[in-house]
Amino acid sequence: MTNKIAIVDYGMGNLHSVANAIVAVGGEPVLVDTPEALAGYEQLILPGVGAFGDAARRLESSGLGQALTEQVNAGKPVMGICLGMQLMCKTSEEGGVHHGLGWFDAHVRLFPASLKVKVPHIGWNNLEFTRPHGVLTDLSGSPDVYFVHSYRVECDDPLDVLAWSDYGQPFAAMIAHDNVCGLQFHPEKSQRVGLAMLKNFVEGRVC
Amino acid sequence: MLKKRLIAVLIVRNNQVVQSVKFKHTNAIHYDAVHAIECFNKWAVDEIVVLNVARERESRDQFAETLERISRECFVPISAGGWVDDAEYAERLLRTGADKLVLNTAFADNPALALELSERYGRQCIVASIDVKLREDGHTTVWVDRGLRDTGASAQDWAKQAVVNGAGEIFFNSIDHDGNRKGYNLPVLSEVCRAVEVPVIAFGGVFQWHHLPQGLEAGAQAVAAANQFHYTEHSARKAKKYLIEAGVLMRAE
Repeated sequence: MTNKIAIVDYGMGNLHSVANAIVAVGGEPVLVDTPEALAGYEQLILPGVGAFGDAARRLESSGLGQALTEQVNAGKPVMGICLGMQLMCKTSEEGGVHHGLGWFDAHVRLFPASLKVKVPHIGWNNLEFTRPHGVLTDLSGSPDVYFVHSYRVECDDPLDVLAWSDYGQPFAAMIAHDNVCGLQFHPEKSQRVGLAMLKNFVEGRVC
Repeated sequence: MLKKRLIAVLIVRNNQVVQSVKFKHTNAIHYDAVHAIECFNKWAVDEIVVLNVARERESRDQFAETLERISRECFVPISAGGWVDDAEYAERLLRTGADKLVLNTAFADNPALALELSERYGRQCIVASIDVKLREDGHTTVWVDRGLRDTGASAQDWAKQAVVNGAGEIFFNSIDHDGNRKGYNLPVLSEVCRAVEVPVIAFGGVFQWHHLPQGLEAGAQAVAAANQFHYTEHSARKAKKYLIEAGVLMRAE
């Protein structure tokens, strides 16, 4: 098996950092910006920093969104990071209602004002895992990871939640089913813990 | 629970990490900035701030190249600043690997730029660096342009205005305390922390580890040091151990 990892480049965010981290764990990152090219890779990462509506539009107009869904249906492992995880949900209320890729029965909503927490949620916060998973191989306890986000993912099916974090109340920090997983935090900025997850993904431990 | 942060600051000039004492930069501590990162990254630091303190604007290209090399080795968040005076350079630093931009003089000379960048990249991306200095008349005011120009404004007014102009975080420093080993400027730091809702990073003057919790008690969400992290091996790990033993909620390694 090759260690080539496609990083989906739809013109949003800092792909450099994700690519650097993939290199650091022994993978070979390739930035992919056309739907046709996606089929040539066994593992895909959907990164993203920025606004949901803008990103969803770019995925749709480029054809990358539909191609990604085809790859997911074909069983290829896909990891979404930050906005990439949010894009895997049905809808987001960021700046109006927008539709995502819909792989998870989940909705992206702002941290409610009633929680009286500062938004965005920025900094190191700890994870509570709900079950074993390939990307969590060799991780234990409640490790800290680095978050920067204002919106959170709310899953219709709580069994989709792979890890909770607490900000005012518990929220989904990782979601996973079948060959797809989403990370709300930035593994590429979460030191040893984040690199361990990326290493698991690169080495094919994905379900 | 969200953790308090321990931040290492790299004062960079011509690709070297230099020592800073009252904003004078003489000794090179690391002859290649990337070496400093290699050390921190394996240790306990939660975040890195990299500042270009060169006096010449022409230093921008070399700094961006240094930052790019740093970002290849660095898997914690990076804030970068120094000579960020147009949107193009700001984007270059972000593409190069910075997660946040540190702006100082821009808040005096071109606040529209700060606001524009904040709207484009989000408030969390904009850090307002505030340098204060005690004047001969007994007032402490904010100085810009690498500590050369007095704005006449108080730190708390400046901080509030920076937030209005898009800052999502404040990086507080005191020119008098920089490198003088007596700890943070706690009275002015706590005024700033009370004045704004956004997180404040305390910087300037750390020599002993007990200076760090003092910054947190003054209201800062993160404590930073520069020179002190370079002098002794594993210093960041020791600093973090001290904070954890003092009962501060920190990221465990």
